[in-house]
Amino acid sequence: MTNESREEIESLLPLPPATFHILMTLAAGDRHGYAILQDVAARTGGRMKLGAGTLYRSIQRMRDQGLIEESRRRPARDQDDERRRYYRLTRFGAAVARAESQRLGELVELARERGFAPGTA
Amino acid sequence: MTRLYRLLLRALPGSFRREYGAELCEILELNLAGKRGLAQVGVWLGALGDLARTAARLHADALRQDAAWTRRSLARSPGFTAAAVLVMGLGIGANAAVFSVADRALLRPLPFPEPDRLVRLWEKLPEYSDMEASPANYRDWEDAAQSFQSMAGFHFRPYNVSVSAGAEPRRLTGSAVTADFFATLGVAPHRGRTLGPGDDVPEGPAVAVLDYGLWQELFGGAPLSTISGLRLDGVPYEVVGVMPPDFHFPSRQARLWTPRRFVEEEFEDRDDNYVDVVARLAPGVSADEARAELDVLARRLEAAHPVSNADTGITMRALRDVTPTRSRQIVLALAGAALVVLLIACSNLASLQLARAVARRRELAVRAALGADRGRLLRQLLTEGVAIAALGGALGAVVAALSAPVLDRLVPRTLPVPDAALVDPRVLGFTAAVTLLTGLAFSLAPALRSARADAAALQEGSRSGLGARGERFRGGLVSAQVAASVVLLVVAGLLIRALWKVQAVDPGFDTANVVAVQTPLAIDEWSETSRRAELYERILSRVRGLPGVEGAAYASYLPLDFGGGVLPVSVPGSDLPEDRELRASLRYVTPGYFDAMGIPLLLGRDVSGADTMETPLVAVVSESFAERYWPGQNPLGRPFDFAFDGRIVAGVVADVRVRGLERSSEPQVYLPYRQARDGWLNFYYPKELVVRTAGERAPLLSAVREIVRENAPGVPVAAARSLAEVVSEDTEPRRLQLRVLAAFAGLALVLAGLGLHGLLAFSVASRRSEIGLRMALGARGGEVLRLVVGRAARLTAVGASIGLLASWGAARAIEALLAGVPPADPASFAAALAVAAVTALSGSLLPSLEAVRVDPTEAIRGE
Repeated sequence: MTNESREEIESLLPLPPATFHILMTLAAGDRHGYAILQDVAARTGGRMKLGAGTLYRSIQRMRDQGLIEESRRRPARDQDDERRRYYRLTRFGAAVARAESQRLGELVELARERGFAPGTA
Repeated sequence: MTRLYRLLLRALPGSFRREYGAELCEILELNLAGKRGLAQVGVWLGALGDLARTAARLHADALRQDAAWTRRSLARSPGFTAAAVLVMGLGIGANAAVFSVADRALLRPLPFPEPDRLVRLWEKLPEYSDMEASPANYRDWEDAAQSFQSMAGFHFRPYNVSVSAGAEPRRLTGSAVTADFFATLGVAPHRGRTLGPGDDVPEGPAVAVLDYGLWQELFGGAPLSTISGLRLDGVPYEVVGVMPPDFHFPSRQARLWTPRRFVEEEFEDRDDNYVDVVARLAPGVSADEARAELDVLARRLEAAHPVSNADTGITMRALRDVTPTRSRQIVLALAGAALVVLLIACSNLASLQLARAVARRRELAVRAALGADRGRLLRQLLTEGVAIAALGGALGAVVAALSAPVLDRLVPRTLPVPDAALVDPRVLGFTAAVTLLTGLAFSLAPALRSARADAAALQEGSRSGLGARGERFRGGLVSAQVAASVVLLVVAGLLIRALWKVQAVDPGFDTANVVAVQTPLAIDEWSETSRRAELYERILSRVRGLPGVEGAAYASYLPLDFGGGVLPVSVPGSDLPEDRELRASLRYVTPGYFDAMGIPLLLGRDVSGADTMETPLVAVVSESFAERYWPGQNPLGRPFDFAFDGRIVAGVVADVRVRGLERSSEPQVYLPYRQARDGWLNFYYPKELVVRTAGERAPLLSAVREIVRENAPGVPVAAARSLAEVVSEDTEPRRLQLRVLAAFAGLALVLAGLGLHGLLAFSVASRRSEIGLRMALGARGGEVLRLVVGRAARLTAVGASIGLLASWGAARAIEALLAGVPPADPASFAAALAVAAVTALSGSLLPSLEAVRVDPTEAIRGE
């Protein structure tokens, strides 16, 4: 990874929670908008409920930032809806997700040292 | 149902809606699927909340981006930014300043509860529509009229005000008011109480209500219970109340209010008019109904008092409408001029933006190619326009705040509105609205043009000009600016001519080397005529002995300074009808007054100290008075009735302009200072000390102060004024209005010149190669010059022709301000044309030189 793109990655951190969750969802495969919402809600046990508007505002920004892009692959006809668009993680998006995870990991590590993390206190 | 949602999606920015709208709808459908009743409502509520939040955020995002873009784009061209902000600042500032005047003079509701129900009443005589009422008529109106909830009388009452005995008092204007005065206006006191029925009784307590400012000045805002020592004309008064800061009635000059108690004798003479009347219409009664009732009432009073009330009607006017017509016209004329300046500023900026748009064509085309849609670009350009306007608006607010105190003098002092505030929410609101509108106005057309720029501009790659349509549009804007400037120039020229004409009017007295000092005597203390006369004689003999003094005398009032004081005249055996409505102005004078004032004595003699109540009552009258009653005859020795007594003409003097240089005045009657009954006509006690002197004013004033202190301790000595200043005060509003208008005209002219310069410079720059080619083909400098100057001349000629036509209309609209100068005054029109032509020429000077200096080889190679 070149210095330039590292700087670019750093400038995006920390990620807003919605962005992070969308990245996590798309890491598991291409999704359309509604599926992302359901996935996020399910994964967080319903604690994180994204509104549709919030989702697409995030998607627009993430596309501008190059974190995700529209996927050209579409599912089989019978499962498809022509209004839907599918999104997928870019390579840059994956790098950003990794960097953010590392950042969060370091924070958790710090918290553990001080006796705050789960299982230690 | 989703159709409603789709409609609501319009709240989102267009590009976002087009991109994601369909998906948003699908998600709502999926969420609703299989849900019923309350659950469905929950989904809807969630979706709507989400939509509102998202729309707000997206618009904020866009605004942030546009603001950042604007900041960069303005920082890249600091020259343009500074010029644009300055132009807008002056344009908006001019409008804000004029609005603040217009608002207070014409628009703002008066600071009283339900101000629409407040009216003023006057006696209506054949020659005066607004004559104060006599106490008896006022009392009859108040008793009989049913249309009013309440009615009150009041009159101007000056006082010598001091806070402790012995100190030199200040002369302040107060108002003596009847019991219902404050109840009629409906204003509660700031502290203490107002005056009421308990104060309006014979021998009632000596109480006063103070203006907020006076309370602060005299007592530092101390609690009323701790205040004591107020003396009005030397008599102790108790301060029972203080009015709120914005209470000014009857005018901004009123500083305190005392009870007015009429005594029985005051009701005897219905020709003695001095009561101003204010009334509040009863709920549900219209102005027309009240007027109808007053007409009936006036006829009834006329029948009951056929001599004194002959032809006497009642005028009723809304309190808001008492602004004099001339003030109204001045304010409207200034508002029109300010608007013209703003329009010129706007069109100037539009033209500049258009020229910039060409320079930015590539940038915008690149952005469009990268996917920014047209709406987004438009929005960005408008944001830039509004940002320029906002900076200009901030500058304009400062300009307005700075000029407000000067322009405030255009708001008649007689209006019951507060003084101009440094920060006025109404003015700020107006400024903000104008700012937003102008920002949109000047950037909309250029933005629409620029946003249309498409990929073609990219391929073209040329730096060609605006194209024929754009050039024509800019040319049209320049012509419009020239036209508007010509209008302002013509109007300013006409007003200059009017001012000259007014200044050339002979006031009828000498203005050089005459100084007037005011020494007002307390009415009750000095009611004895002989005592007063002795004081005048003592003071005058001392003043006449001062070095440099050539003459000195006392008079009731100075001409121009006070225009009122008119009383009916009747002449036994006159052919004129029983002329109670033919009036003359009354002044008591000491001997030497005409000499000191430089008023020529034409016939007979001056008044004399030997004219007393024991000798025949005499008068010196003005030429027009003699001419009116005894045309072509010797007026000396003729008898007439005036000011409650029969008098004989002892002398005739030239006329003076009592009411003003621009108004016709009543003939004048001067009475000897000793021929006054004790306590009568106390309004006319001589108080103006007129001194003809070759010396300096300051030593004279301190000498007079010393003399007055020795002879009449407790009598205030007000600042000295030369008669030249008194005359100049009379034309002050005119000069101020002219200065403002001339400033506007100058501003307009400079802007128009800059506009022309900008257009020509731009067109020369974008046609360099064409010019170079022409020169290479043998065109000489003169021909190239003709090309540029010819264009300037054409645009100017078109603008000037339109401007001249419009000027004629504008001149007719302000005819009342022109003091008789014809609206089509050729000199003003010619001067305006000449000035506009010179400006146009100077505007085209630099671009012309630039064009002539084009080097053919270089220009062609540059392509």
